[in-house]
Amino acid sequence: MKAPRRPPEPVQVIKQRRDATLRALVEGVPYIQYLGMQFERKGDELTGVLPFDQKLIGNPMLPAIHGGVTAAFLEVTAIITLSWTYLWEDVESGAIDTATLEAGGLPRLPKTIDISTDYLRSGLPRDAYARARINRSGRRYASVHVEAWQDNRNRLFAQATGHFLMPQRRE
Amino acid sequence: MATKTDIARQFIEAIPHSKALGMRLTEMGEGTSTIEMPYDEKLVGDPETGVLHGGAVSALMDTCCGAAVMSHPASPGGTATIDLRIDYMRAATPGQSITATATCYHVTRTVAFVRATATDEDTENPVAAATGAFTVEAAR
Repeated sequence: MKAPRRPPEPVQVIKQRRDATLRALVEGVPYIQYLGMQFERKGDELTGVLPFDQKLIGNPMLPAIHGGVTAAFLEVTAIITLSWTYLWEDVESGAIDTATLEAGGLPRLPKTIDISTDYLRSGLPRDAYARARINRSGRRYASVHVEAWQDNRNRLFAQATGHFLMPQRRE
Repeated sequence: MATKTDIARQFIEAIPHSKALGMRLTEMGEGTSTIEMPYDEKLVGDPETGVLHGGAVSALMDTCCGAAVMSHPASPGGTATIDLRIDYMRAATPGQSITATATCYHVTRTVAFVRATATDEDTENPVAAATGAFTVEAAR
């Protein structure tokens, strides 16, 4: 006979743990705050959001978002999605220590090895959204593809592929 | 009379995001440019170590590559990034400013090819390297 299954946790408990983890990842990094980036979560799916701001402009004549901002937005979305996926199991099991996270004890983050950004259209003075897909995540290296769009999900304004060095688990 | 270099310098310093990051164009040749970005706590990517975020280095690289394209005699107008790849070789030392140098090494009628490196005070060991393709546009 199988051992009796543990009853599912109340939804607010698991949501609290997920949101606290995501908040710690996003709010703990000064540069993410400087860009004004946010993350929306539906279950384990993350969407990076970059609300438009005057300081993000690269070409004042068009006007268009700075190419460096676009690259940064895609890179941050990749890193947060990777970290989130890496922590997910511990968040679900409850092994993660949300008290430490909330006190600013940020987990170690993946490091970018390289990232290649394609600029498909100019970034308009509008909010931008991005989602990352982890194509391969090993013990040491990960390969991630990120897509970004503005008004229309099917009209990407940029995409990127990056390689990342994963943090080593503390034994 | 304002030279092309004066115009380019003013233009780069008029880019809101580059200005917000404190970028300063220090040199500009015919297809080359050097831009400096001071260390700033708001650009930190790892609060434990104070190391700058790669994204801020990307913004510097993109601006510097674009400036190199605009300074090239065969590229009369503005430019836009087609693609940019950045390799991060090591963490930049906290507290030190970053200097990027870009060279536009080939220009066709439509595309400019650029490479760049970024260093902190240890100029022998680059922090990052970039290669990219940019558009070539007609004079405004």
